Amino acid sequence: MSDLRALYEEVILDHNRHPRNFLKNPPGATHHAHGFNPLCGDEFSIHLKVEDGVVRDAGFEGAGCAISTASASLMTEAVKGKTVAEVEALFRGVHGMLTHEGPAGEVGKLAVLAGVQEYPMRVKCATLAWHTMRAALEQRAETVTTEDPIPNCGVGHAS
Amino acid sequence: MSAAREIVARETHSTALDVAQVRADFPVLHQQVRGRPLVYLDNAATTQKPRAVIEALDRYYRHDNANVHRGVHALSARATAAFEGARAKVKSFINARSAREIVFVRGATEAINLVAQSWGRANLKPDDEILLMEHEHHSNIVPWQMLCEQTGARLKVVPIDDAGEVRLDEYERLLTGRVKLVGMTHCSNALGTINPVAQMIRSARAAGARVLVDGAQAAAHLPVDVQALDCDFYVFSGHKLYAPTGIGVLYGKAELLEAMPPYQGGGEMIKVVSFEKSVYTDIPYKFEAGTPHIAGAIGLGAAIDYLKDLGLGAIERHEQDLLAYATRALADVPGVRLIGTARHKAAIVSFALAGVHPHDIGTIVDHEGVAIRVGHHCAMPVMRRFGVPATARASFALYNTRAEVDALVAALHKVKEVFR
Ligand SMILES: Cc1ncc(COP(=O)(O)O)c(C=O)c1O
Repeated sequence: MSDLRALYEEVILDHNRHPRNFLKNPPGATHHAHGFNPLCGDEFSIHLKVEDGVVRDAGFEGAGCAISTASASLMTEAVKGKTVAEVEALFRGVHGMLTHEGPAGEVGKLAVLAGVQEYPMRVKCATLAWHTMRAALEQRAETVTTEDPIPNCGVGHAS
Repeated sequence: MSAAREIVARETHSTALDVAQVRADFPVLHQQVRGRPLVYLDNAATTQKPRAVIEALDRYYRHDNANVHRGVHALSARATAAFEGARAKVKSFINARSAREIVFVRGATEAINLVAQSWGRANLKPDDEILLMEHEHHSNIVPWQMLCEQTGARLKVVPIDDAGEVRLDEYERLLTGRVKLVGMTHCSNALGTINPVAQMIRSARAAGARVLVDGAQAAAHLPVDVQALDCDFYVFSGHKLYAPTGIGVLYGKAELLEAMPPYQGGGEMIKVVSFEKSVYTDIPYKFEAGTPHIAGAIGLGAAIDYLKDLGLGAIERHEQDLLAYATRALADVPGVRLIGTARHKAAIVSFALAGVHPHDIGTIVDHEGVAIRVGHHCAMPVMRRFGVPATARASFALYNTRAEVDALVAALHKVKEVFR
């Protein structure tokens, strides 16, 4: 139970129950992207309002598990007010923390997501919103997925 | 043992399953996961293997390994005898008329693709129809969609009702003279529904359609008699029947198989080859190009022997008891919604838990040592039908126990505690 609590942190459960910036497409939003993990069914749209290189507002829509929902919710809070460069640094920091690919940078409050790294099959849940947000910033139109073509994930796969 | 006592022993055998004894036959079950005894409830995905199967593979590779049908030496003769022996076991297991009607393939998926590409391409024309049920596995949908693209034939779908049963009125209505093939799952992997296939096949016959039955979830859990069913094709996978992965069976009526073009070309499937023309060999070998999965077939034969020894009737009764027990126990957990409540079901229980995504259920119950599957179960149309992105699914096999159902229920209470 103790390591389960590291995954299902109170903060994560709270953001799952009451997602922030949810069902929100900020007026004047400039950047949008769609993320979908077909094996899991997790699906989110991310909306950003970027002005003068600063993310002024952020929101998301969709549905997913507690980890993906909380990660999206925490992310929308964290990116607000940051410059695009700072958001990119945050992305790298969170990505590094979750996947061990690259260094884990300063992530502040997002450290609550660290428990996910012990659950390799759930990492893709936590990273979906982040990759989708990055696609929005880069104005990429194609749907984003964090499910490997060679999944290390048995969740929802086959049969 | 006297003949009489032998009969008594066999009778007792066929009335009740000695589950403790059965569990002892499956080495993989005896391990801990995350400090808890493993509770394996993902049998619809794949089943574990009894020692008899593991040892059959081991014996084959240690003593008999050789290629089949092509050597005069002793090992090749032994390998061929074992491989063809396995075919004979499959034949009697599903009561085919002849071993020539048993084609070894990789699994149910390959068998369906074989029928679609060989029979389908040779027989379907634009505006012909293929009729499928709404709760088919993707592997009994996609090969037909591909065939429709190639031939101009059309796919029609028979809806299921809120319990997960085929709407037979709709089935009869859609079964027009345009339908050339009906694909029906014997048992739904996502819902557990056992379709009334005998009745459905009779209707299809009357309408002049061919029938393929997907037996992937049925063969290990129900007695199958392809002659009594009178289906044209019946397919299943070894790995869901306590046998290795990579081996499966296509049953086809001999006269159909004989008339069908080959699926793949190569060695094993020809009589004479010249650069001008090759002459294909007879069934079933016409459909078995290349070196087959010899060990897999032998393992499948061993699995069939194992099941016959236990008695399919006893297995079915045991699994039905687990199904009834699990259905009651899960329905008693507040917030659980059972998905798939057909009157006639195999021991598969799909469910949703209010306020908790199935993936979170999967992770937390895994923590308690309980292996279930969460996701769309390769049946996305079923998920859409029931308005859920995914379900959690417990699927039972002959070695599962009521205590394991209790472990699942206790784990679900853990889930609720975390998500309180
Ligand atoms: C009903 C059904 N049909 C077909 C298949 C495909 O079986 P396989 O993946 O072994 O080819 C499965 C299992 O995955 C199944 O449950």
